[in-house]
Amino acid sequence: MPAPTQLFFPLIRNCELSRIYGTACYCHHKHLCCSSPYVPQSRLRYTPHPAYATFCRPKESWWQYNTQGRRYASTPQRFYLTPPQVNSILKANEYSFKVPEFDGKNVSSVLGFDSNQLPANAPIEDRRSAATCLQTRGMLLGVFDGHAGCACSQAVSERLFYYIAVSLLPHETLLEIENAVESGRALLPILQWHKHPNDYFSKEASKLYFNSLRTYWQELIDLNTGESTDIDVKEALINAFKRLDNDISLEAQVGDPNSFLNYLVLRVAFSGATACVAHVDGVDLHVANTGDSRAMLGVQEEDGSWSAVTLSNDHNAQNERELERLKLEHPKNEAKSVVKQDRLLGLLMPFRAFGDVKFKWSIDLQKRVIESGPDQLNDNEYTKFIPPNYYTPPYLTAEPEVTYHRLRPQDKFLVLATDGLWETMHRQDVVRIVGEYLTGMHHQQPIAVGGYKVTLGQMHGLLTERRAKMSSVFEDQNAATHLIRHAVGNNEFGAVDHERLSKMLSLPEELARMYRDDITIIVVQFNSHVVGAYQNQE
Amino acid sequence: MHVPEDAVVSSADVALALASAASQNGVQIYDRTSVLHVMVKKGQVTGVETDKGQIECQYFVNCAGQWAYELGLSNEEPVSIPLHACEHFYLLTRPLETPLQSNTPTVVDADGRIYIRNWQGGILSGGFEKNPKPIFTEGKNQLEIQNLQEDWDHFEPLLSSLLRRMPELETLEIVKLVNCPETFTPDMRCIMGESPAVQGYYVLVGMNSAGLSFAGGAGRYLAEWMVHGYPSESIWELDLKRFGALQSSRTFLRHRVMEVMPLLYDLKVPRWDFQTGRQLRTSPLYDRLDAQGARWMEKHGFERPKYFVPPDKDLLALEQSKTFYKPDWFDIVESEVKCCKEAVCVIDMSSFTKFEITSTGDQALEILQYLFSNDLDVPVGHIVHTGMLNEGGGYENDCSIARLSKRSFFMISPTDQQVHCWAWLKKHMPEDSNLLLEDVTWKYTALNLIGPRAVDVLSELSYAPMTPDHFPSLFCKEMSVGYANGIRVMSMTHTGEPGFMLYIPIEYALHVYNEVMSVGQKYGIRNAGYYALRSLRIEKFFAFWGQDLNTLTTPLECGRESRVKLDKGMDFIGRDALLQQKQNGVYKRLTMFILDDHDTDLDLWPWWGEPIYRNGQYAGKTTSSAYSYTLERHVCLGFVHNFSEDTGEEQVVTADFINRGEYEIDIAGHRFQAKAKLYPVTSLFTHKRRKDDVELSDLHGK
Repeated sequence: MPAPTQLFFPLIRNCELSRIYGTACYCHHKHLCCSSPYVPQSRLRYTPHPAYATFCRPKESWWQYNTQGRRYASTPQRFYLTPPQVNSILKANEYSFKVPEFDGKNVSSVLGFDSNQLPANAPIEDRRSAATCLQTRGMLLGVFDGHAGCACSQAVSERLFYYIAVSLLPHETLLEIENAVESGRALLPILQWHKHPNDYFSKEASKLYFNSLRTYWQELIDLNTGESTDIDVKEALINAFKRLDNDISLEAQVGDPNSFLNYLVLRVAFSGATACVAHVDGVDLHVANTGDSRAMLGVQEEDGSWSAVTLSNDHNAQNERELERLKLEHPKNEAKSVVKQDRLLGLLMPFRAFGDVKFKWSIDLQKRVIESGPDQLNDNEYTKFIPPNYYTPPYLTAEPEVTYHRLRPQDKFLVLATDGLWETMHRQDVVRIVGEYLTGMHHQQPIAVGGYKVTLGQMHGLLTERRAKMSSVFEDQNAATHLIRHAVGNNEFGAVDHERLSKMLSLPEELARMYRDDITIIVVQFNSHVVGAYQNQE
Repeated sequence: MHVPEDAVVSSADVALALASAASQNGVQIYDRTSVLHVMVKKGQVTGVETDKGQIECQYFVNCAGQWAYELGLSNEEPVSIPLHACEHFYLLTRPLETPLQSNTPTVVDADGRIYIRNWQGGILSGGFEKNPKPIFTEGKNQLEIQNLQEDWDHFEPLLSSLLRRMPELETLEIVKLVNCPETFTPDMRCIMGESPAVQGYYVLVGMNSAGLSFAGGAGRYLAEWMVHGYPSESIWELDLKRFGALQSSRTFLRHRVMEVMPLLYDLKVPRWDFQTGRQLRTSPLYDRLDAQGARWMEKHGFERPKYFVPPDKDLLALEQSKTFYKPDWFDIVESEVKCCKEAVCVIDMSSFTKFEITSTGDQALEILQYLFSNDLDVPVGHIVHTGMLNEGGGYENDCSIARLSKRSFFMISPTDQQVHCWAWLKKHMPEDSNLLLEDVTWKYTALNLIGPRAVDVLSELSYAPMTPDHFPSLFCKEMSVGYANGIRVMSMTHTGEPGFMLYIPIEYALHVYNEVMSVGQKYGIRNAGYYALRSLRIEKFFAFWGQDLNTLTTPLECGRESRVKLDKGMDFIGRDALLQQKQNGVYKRLTMFILDDHDTDLDLWPWWGEPIYRNGQYAGKTTSSAYSYTLERHVCLGFVHNFSEDTGEEQVVTADFINRGEYEIDIAGHRFQAKAKLYPVTSLFTHKRRKDDVELSDLHGK
């Protein structure tokens, strides 16, 4: 991914920059001007405290680059990525999974999913995960939006599903697994991951992560009273989220004798990540959300049109209930300082997140950990910096809000995406574009001649028109890629404009973040037949 | 091509006419009666179980069209009939202003993938689209039958090409778009003949929507087949037994018919390979060979290397070998052939059908002596080339049989003989628990070491002398190669070149291959494929069953008298016919033609089926051809007939008749002079490189 942007970087002239800025990003201007005087910077999750930039990007920050940029001679020179180049950028991270059919019969309510990511940060701070629970039924899918680096989102993407899966396991299975560990037998596999080759897992931390997870299930075993056997998915999701965040925090406090690991757990704890996770089991769909990523259900109405049903609430300043919650959780005298400029303590956009111990630990604890921590941490301005008006921590929680939805045959798909998508596209457009893409030809009512006088010529005209409409859909084999193409390349008429797409994708790494955020999308497709069959059974 | 006698008939009317004619002759027809399954006893049809009771019968013909597959499987002993249906659309319109006459010719526009004909003064137009919609994969599904709706969006490309060809039709009013599924077979040819598993169970299906036009001929051949036991023409290409159960997977069929249906209107280029349903049967060396640049062809589901693309070759250019002219693999195959002639090559020939016949006493020898024309009572270790003939003396199979011991034989036949040969042997072998026939095709990997240095490679790997004194031609020995023991080594190469076939138990295959390649390096060893083999074989006048030989050609007609032992002391199938033919003379003769004035670079190549002219008179067609890199000429094989100039009747063909003629081969309308040969060119066997021809490059590894 970085290759093409670096390649074209010298070609971008200043005037071209302003052109791109003027056309491609007009929508951000509108939206940003009212929110902050620091126009481009406010696209970042943190306000521009200099210390933050050094932590995220030690080398240089964007405005340094921008002034350098002005030194280029202003000879206008056009350049475009060719459609194949655009496609190779868009498709570099795409992944599709189809739930295997056995004997022509697919018993899962999930047909499969498409996912993709388009980086704006370098390296990308978004993560995604998808896995099938092997010891319980159901499938887990999640998007994770990291900030202040990718350490936390990476750790959450590797670990969270294990915590959820363990929380869902019946007592006997937990015992069996624990006994297997104890006696050195082979473990029951818990998750079947569906990963893109770029989605990596940390080898070094694997042992540490396992130990924390084991402690968790040991506690679950001990806590079992043997009374209720029913496992409540909602509760399991909440427990898993909270437990993982707690473990992240603990691991950073305890440290690790291995200096690499020690640094890693600190980076994980001091960076942050939001999470939006869906658990699908038959017709039961649970969405657990922490932060401002979003889950959107695509519903096809009887007339074939599409409507969007939001299955998660954003945890940010636009959410009245979140504002209320924060005010209630802290003393009255903090009411004005808890949320400033639509940010938590004037700094953080999402109001719930994993990691971010700067908003959770007491000042004492923060200082103690930093002082005893490795030099890299000690030298880092960001970590040392204590948020202003920091009186009654914790200000931040990883506890998710869980939404339950019972799937109906008209619920065709679920879009999980980080705010990078929702900032650029309205939810109704997202659902319409995916819906039309997934149903392909069929969203247009089939033509039937029955009874009318139609000539071959008229029919031919009609068909050619219909085909032209469809041709753009067939460019992508992946619904998420198709959505990204629209998100980045849409013109004011809602159609993909190649020129615009090409410009947006050839922005140099350092600039890309000003025009868009990392975008991560998972589109889960449901099997209406199976969902319908569930319905009929009852 | 305008055919003035062209006519349009309605299939329903034809069927009714046939039915009433049959009824008049005493045939009873039960309609609204469905067949549940066919009753079989001891491998023989005894009756039919219907929803209204049983009907006894001796023969059963499965003509159930797209439901034939299911019906075949409904038997206790399933009959696999590889078929799959695709939706097929055609359009009906109201009459033109001046209604079309009934003698309006049927128009086929292959480029536009459509056909157009008169229908009640209007037109009927359909086609075979590029993106077929397979249907009924899971069998007869009521839901799908009800949902067979018009799909105009799917029909759009065909409608466009109709209006492009005949723009004036624009004003015609639509009656409807009919969706009428048609069946397709894995190779686009229809399926007929007797089931290999159940005697008396006949099949006639898979006409790829040409059922009505094929019906007359197909019906006749099938009737002959049932009455005489064989049809009057060789129709191996249509025989049910060209398929086995391995082509019966629904997934395979679904994928394959999507490739087959568009082919109906595509240009069929020579050496076509299907892209779908591949990598089903592979040799254990598949990955190794693939990594070394192998390009693959498929026979009976088995992947076989065509040739090996050298690492420095431009791969993109190679993907376009779809030509009737000199193909792009020409140079590649040339270097493989050269290596076979001068050094040594390895060809993976694991796809060959391999049977073992063993018995406790002399039963194996006795039955083989009866089934094969050559004398198989040879000393242990000898290999015999022999035909498996039918009553008419024609080749049912052409194979090599090695006598492993007094009581066991190893039989090697062409790949696509797996079902046919098995059925033939089973049919003729007595029920005897002391006689065992086993299909060991999957047990052995076969490597063909071709070339003068094969001897050196093998003797180095086995520490055994391999010279002709110790290991004469057509000999078979079990020996060790590398670490692996029990490798069946045979001194033959199926090409007439020196070398050995190694039959390797599959678990040793990789080891033996690796050893051969590493030891062979200093002898200039390289991989080769079937195209090189074919060139070597044809220039040596080696005919091949299924291409040159069929059930209607006898050994005497292709100069193989030496492989027939009429006086081996016992009767064998076809002996009487051959005796008679020996007395009366043959009516056709396989002849080798060497093209004289053919420019390999610029002229169209002969592929097969080119007309042969003798003294300006049509005398037959070629059956196969290849470029001989040694003769630097094209070589064609084909049968020469002697048609009477007055009556067109076939007359006896003598060697003299062949030799006295002047020959031409007609390639796409251009006639090329050709030399006729009844025996291979002898200079090929004495190929020796002159000392002063040696170059430095000969010292390079190949």
